Amino acid sequence: MKKNSSPYLLTFFACWLLWLLLTASFATDELLSGFLISLVISLITAPKMNILNGLNFHWAFLIGLVRYLVYFFYALIKANLDLAKRVLSKDMKINPRMVEIETTMQSDLGKLFLANSITLTPGTLTVDVNENRLLVHWIDCPENTDLDAITHTIVSKFENYLKGFVR
Amino acid sequence: MTTLTIIALGFIAVAALFTLYRLLFGPSNADRIISADALSLITAVFLLFLALIFDSVLYLDIALVYSILSFVGIIALARVIETKTNNSKNLGED
Amino acid sequence: MHLAGEIILLIGAIFVFLGALGLLRMPDVYNRIQVGTKAVTLGSIGIIIGVALINPLWWSKLLVILGFILLTSPVSSSAITKAFYRSGIAPWRETEKNKNQDEKEASL
Repeated sequence: MKKNSSPYLLTFFACWLLWLLLTASFATDELLSGFLISLVISLITAPKMNILNGLNFHWAFLIGLVRYLVYFFYALIKANLDLAKRVLSKDMKINPRMVEIETTMQSDLGKLFLANSITLTPGTLTVDVNENRLLVHWIDCPENTDLDAITHTIVSKFENYLKGFVR
Repeated sequence: MTTLTIIALGFIAVAALFTLYRLLFGPSNADRIISADALSLITAVFLLFLALIFDSVLYLDIALVYSILSFVGIIALARVIETKTNNSKNLGED
Repeated sequence: MHLAGEIILLIGAIFVFLGALGLLRMPDVYNRIQVGTKAVTLGSIGIIIGVALINPLWWSKLLVILGFILLTSPVSSSAITKAFYRSGIAPWRETEKNKNQDEKEASL
């Protein structure tokens, strides 16, 4: 894909896809008006959509996305079962703590996805993002263990999956 | 409407009551803000139930717009809190 | 199909309920945000999937709502937490103790 035309194409197809999903019809006038509106929107906004540069298109883009989504939903359900157990137990076993972790994601979009994933998975909540460090609130931080190793395990799994489709 | 839907609605209603309690009696303003956030999401979910009950697709649009508006509101609140603290810090340093 | 949809709907509603319960029980703002965001988000995802199973014709609009909630709910809770943290709302006592310890360890 050419460097300068790709943001236009991406925004255009994203807008049109959103239009199609919202109208949920394939009537000609609907398609045409959606085409025109997404054309105008993409012409205006595409130069400012720097965040889309983070997408890493290659042959396995869709496979990477699907693998990430599957792992993400698995982690989300696990997180919520863990959380339900914690909320329903009589003495809530919590040991909250703020920890800093480093990420190797380079693009803003990658950091956004990583921060969202951390927020929605077991007992962690992203508080702040600075360059390549994330400040994370951890609801049940284990005592007397190597903090670096555990933070590494939090991030590295998601990063592996995320690298399938973003930088 | 079947029994299961009514039970699910009951759970949602109790959840709304709990968040409403935090909204009214939350010890700090921060608690009030986060419970308003949760309550807006619960309201969007309730609109989905209304779509089921009245069998009308319009409520889905309302739910979508409602969640968009609540997101914008929360982001605006966060910005306000941040700029406020930054300004007061600067004043304190001067 | 219909029954499966209703069961998933009920599971989603139970998760929303648990999230609200956690909002009520947790000791400080940060933990409340955690519980509120996670459980209520998964609950709403469950309810959306349940509605889609009961009424499959609505899938496209429900997909848009699902994507929107998945993308924005963590962002908004993150932004509000950042604002609280910057404005100096101290985390719960035990958190504070641990943080001070960490700072001492880091400075040593």
